[in-house]
Amino acid sequence: MRLLTHNMLSSNVKGVANGFPLRIQAEKVMEKTVEMNGDFLKKMFEKIDWKALVDASQAMGYTELPEEADSSMLDLDDFLNRFHHALLEIHLEEGALICPETGRRFPVSKGIPNMLLHEDEV
Amino acid sequence: MWYLCVFYHRLLDYRRPEVESLAQLFGAFEDTQNDEVRYQLQWKLPPHHHPDSPFHFVNLPSEQVARNIANRSILVKGMYELWGEGGSYEELKDSVLSYPDERKLPYLDSDSTFKITVDCFGKVISLEEQKGLILGLSYVPFKGRVNLRNPDHNFWLIEVDNYGVNNGLPPIVQKRIFFGREVGGADRKLIPTYQLKSRTYLGPTAMDAEMAFLMANQALATSGKLVFDPFVGTGSILVAAAHFGAMTMGADIDIRVVRDGRGPDCNVWSNFKQYGLPMPVGLLRADNNLPPWRPELKEVFDAIICDPPYGVRAGGRKSGGRKLLKGAVEPYIVPDDKRTDHIPSTAPYSLVECVHDLLDRAAKMLVMRGRLVFFYPVLREDDFTENHFPEHPCFKLISSSEQILSSRYSRVLLTMVKTGPYTDEIAEAARIKHIEFKENHVKWLEDGNLHSAVFSPADAQVTEAGDSKFGKDPKPKYRGKYV
Ligand SMILES: C[S@@+](CC[C@H](N)C(=O)[O-])C[C@H]1O[C@@H](n2cnc3c(N)ncnc32)[C@H](O)[C@@H]1O
Repeated sequence: MRLLTHNMLSSNVKGVANGFPLRIQAEKVMEKTVEMNGDFLKKMFEKIDWKALVDASQAMGYTELPEEADSSMLDLDDFLNRFHHALLEIHLEEGALICPETGRRFPVSKGIPNMLLHEDEV
Repeated sequence: MWYLCVFYHRLLDYRRPEVESLAQLFGAFEDTQNDEVRYQLQWKLPPHHHPDSPFHFVNLPSEQVARNIANRSILVKGMYELWGEGGSYEELKDSVLSYPDERKLPYLDSDSTFKITVDCFGKVISLEEQKGLILGLSYVPFKGRVNLRNPDHNFWLIEVDNYGVNNGLPPIVQKRIFFGREVGGADRKLIPTYQLKSRTYLGPTAMDAEMAFLMANQALATSGKLVFDPFVGTGSILVAAAHFGAMTMGADIDIRVVRDGRGPDCNVWSNFKQYGLPMPVGLLRADNNLPPWRPELKEVFDAIICDPPYGVRAGGRKSGGRKLLKGAVEPYIVPDDKRTDHIPSTAPYSLVECVHDLLDRAAKMLVMRGRLVFFYPVLREDDFTENHFPEHPCFKLISSSEQILSSRYSRVLLTMVKTGPYTDEIAEAARIKHIEFKENHVKWLEDGNLHSAVFSPADAQVTEAGDSKFGKDPKPKYRGKYV
């Protein structure tokens, strides 16, 4: 699971009001090089919750993202590289995503988060 | 400018919509004067041709656009700048001679190489006859050298004869001859390269390569875009989108399908690796009925493409099985000690609810002008019209292409464009509907049964007997929508 996906997910257990961002419990983190696509990054920047991305990268051991960011920074190569790396190149292979409100654990295995709810959570 | 567009005689209903989608992708509609967005091109048929004919004329803004469309398409055999046409070789000659020199001469000069191909529809002609026909073109002042392997310019002499009706093509009443310069054509080699037979990880409902490419074209998949499949299965639709350069993301309720596959080198990921395509940016296990997107997230996907779970064999499931089935009387509670390894039970997912969820999620998650492309099953007796297709205030239906699966069932590929924003009122209506579906789960299943039960990909055999659909059209013997 890349942090782009993490940034889009929340816990949707019945009754949860603030299921985002999910806390990351990292057991196995991997890095995989991905070709950079500037247009894609610029579009995604508008959709991303920046703070959640910064916190998630820290949980995965990457601390090079600035605490604050605005779209003017997208013209800086250095910033774009870091954003790209954090969003698409760091993978959570094994671990879990934890609901911030209930502590419900959504396991991540083989890079795939299991977001399916139990019958009594829907 | 008008181009001659010759199609493969396949998937007849899909041909014009594919060209029109690609026209959009390559900017053919950008010069539109008013704000009204266009999705359709101008088309004409040669005299006496049936709409199912492979021969069409299409009006496109430039040769570059025509070339881009043809080269990216799956169903355009060739797009041609027409230099002349006629009902006889004499008429053809007059027509070619009167075509302006300034259009012809740049392609005839002595520095260039060329090739002339003779193509006959409806009859086979010998090499000898072909040579004769080419020599008959001596009135065209070709100055370049012939190069059969890799010519700069490809010319085509296409004869459509007054053939019988049994060769799989619609009958042509009159002989017609075309002469033109090729500007582009489909790269059909893609299909054998990506055919399912060569795919390492396959499932019973994997989408065949040709259809997956058509779906990706309807969705305008291209570099820099994010494409989502909420019923990703083995990923075959996303493979096509990734081939065209899109970033892909997929979800499925079945963990064995989406995560485990058949081993470390036989799963959704390996289906991308196999073709050297970039991996999906995300795969997850999630239920389309209760998608886990954070509530503030919207307008993030450029396209959503899918083959939803319909029918007996691959019917949909949704979360909440035992609980929903038992009703509110005695809700099932998962015991705490079983929670970690608990496999949630699921309940059947009716077609109506599945489609409702799909449209509602897509309306929220697609960017404006983003596209939703999905299959919808129909009973052929329904004699369906567009009104029977699902509707949503945020979407405009721009094409529906039928593929007949058997004498009783068809599937229709629907292409919708998001034309309106997802407002709070629409969200509220969807929330109420969601609850209604849940509370009347059993009733909806029964109502939805008709549709979901009849549509089973297992029945995908072509039987021409008892063809009620063609009843109005007196017995065409060509293959029509079966192909
Ligand atoms: C017709 S198949 C699609 C196959 C896919 N196009 C492929 O290439 O393999 C439908 C898929 O939807 C999944 N499915 C069924 N119910 C679902 C739900 N409620 N949410 C998400 N996926 C679901 C099934 O597991 C199945 O893989």
